[in-house]
Amino acid sequence: MAVLVVAAHDGKTVRSNVANAVTAATQMGPEVHVLVAGSNAGEAAKSAAALQGVAKVLQAEDAAYTNWVAEDVSPLVVKLAPNYSHVVMAADSVGKNIAPRVAALLDMAQVSEAIQVVSPDTFVRPIYAGNAMATVQTADKIKIVTIRPTNFKATAGGGSAAIEQIGGTGAGGLAAYVGAELSKSERPELTSAKIVVSGGRGLASGENFKMLEALADKLGAGLGASRAAVDAGYVPNDYQVGQTGKVVAPDLYIAIGISGAIQHLAGMKDSKTIVAINKDEEAPIFQVADYGIVGDLFQLVPELTAAVDKK
Amino acid sequence: MKVLVAVKRVIDYNVKIRVKTDNTGVETANVKMSMNPFDEIAVEEAIRLKEKGTATEIIAFSAGPAQCQETIRTALAMGADRGVLVQTDAELQPLAVAKLMKAVVDKEKPGLVIVGKQAIDDDSNQTGQMLAALLGWSQGTFANKLAIADGSAEVKREVDGGLENIKIKLPAVITTDLRLNEPRYASLPNIMKAKKKPIQVLAPDALGVDVAPRLKVLKVEEPPKRKAGIKVKTVAELVDKLRNEAGVI
Repeated sequence: MAVLVVAAHDGKTVRSNVANAVTAATQMGPEVHVLVAGSNAGEAAKSAAALQGVAKVLQAEDAAYTNWVAEDVSPLVVKLAPNYSHVVMAADSVGKNIAPRVAALLDMAQVSEAIQVVSPDTFVRPIYAGNAMATVQTADKIKIVTIRPTNFKATAGGGSAAIEQIGGTGAGGLAAYVGAELSKSERPELTSAKIVVSGGRGLASGENFKMLEALADKLGAGLGASRAAVDAGYVPNDYQVGQTGKVVAPDLYIAIGISGAIQHLAGMKDSKTIVAINKDEEAPIFQVADYGIVGDLFQLVPELTAAVDKK
Repeated sequence: MKVLVAVKRVIDYNVKIRVKTDNTGVETANVKMSMNPFDEIAVEEAIRLKEKGTATEIIAFSAGPAQCQETIRTALAMGADRGVLVQTDAELQPLAVAKLMKAVVDKEKPGLVIVGKQAIDDDSNQTGQMLAALLGWSQGTFANKLAIADGSAEVKREVDGGLENIKIKLPAVITTDLRLNEPRYASLPNIMKAKKKPIQVLAPDALGVDVAPRLKVLKVEEPPKRKAGIKVKTVAELVDKLRNEAGVI
């Protein structure tokens, strides 16, 4: 039986993490289909059809799907699910919202944030903020799985799967999208950035994050923050890296003024190279950092920004 | 309007957990247990709704071993009115908890259910959404702000790109994110008062719910350890290492 990947998209292209979800899906079954639901989702469907490993794209046109309202998208997935062995979504805010609703409607268990596919019914997933790894097996007929995108390589483009139009299921009237307050940024998106610069409580104010912006822009990096910095109001919630924020695994992660609470480490410890700048040499962040500098970040960060400039 | 909040007993967030040597799970014997932090936020939000006059009664629900009564007592000391414990020593997974909650919701008929968005032990982030599905209710997940008016709720949600506003019909299930509120500490007089508040104890069988686990845990292991690296003295040295040793800039 085939595996169904449910793809979130922005109307033009599917989210970049769909390419990771497809890779995970190819490890679960012999054939991968991608569901692209929305209004005027044609372009997004084409972008899904171009992903290597995708055999078929199902495009469901319905105005009810425009803003990913869980109450309206779930019935569509529930209708399609019996034809599949697995339903897979990336564990982002769309997948986390919709997948459990689908699972319960089908009376199936869900495996959350799988980081490894051991076999089609067995997965590894982090528990306790990544301080333990559980290997779980599900006997349920339809396996509902969300995957952590950073743990699966993105599949390449260049494919040309067929796109099949399917009908929508309409709006249930339970919930309506009103609007969004999205952060506008020219910087790379955190979860797909090659380099991430992150700041913590040590920055002492939102104003001081400008210093980090300067460094991030020099490096072409995404900008993140610890929970402490977000809670203190220095930066918006979508900057948060950690167990309950975003999980990132860039080539280079620079933690500045971040002590390294367990829940923060859970969100970045799979980074290839970690740099820590902190005035407290006992800070736990140094236990995971490849390179650490103990010192005053207000002096070191501008120095670093100047130094990466001259190659 | 009655409000039901769910409170889960978990290993305290300050405890550094230990994986059992036989790889069957995580050591919980003689470990400090507390209310799941996201559930504290749920209890606080319910209390604020009561203080505003929106909620009339707050029921704190938990499921698990007898010791979950302590977790319910904490909710009662914060300001919940009474408790319901579905007592069982069986392993409970999110779908089973959602079914138990549904059975209690069917009896109690609250207008709103508030739960933490995830528990810090299994990190599933499922129960609220599953409960909403089983009830056929709307769901306001990862709530950053909640406003109740005229049979509907306006929920500001924490999403990948920032915040999203939705309007959902009541009854509804809300799941709390970190910044919805800052939970209060229970005062000593309220802790004393909470001892007299009633807790109803039920069995899963009495609710007609099969709680058998669907996921089999084959093993639990320590994550691969990351080795601490080196400390460098100067920014110049750091840049040199990043450029020539790690090759990342």
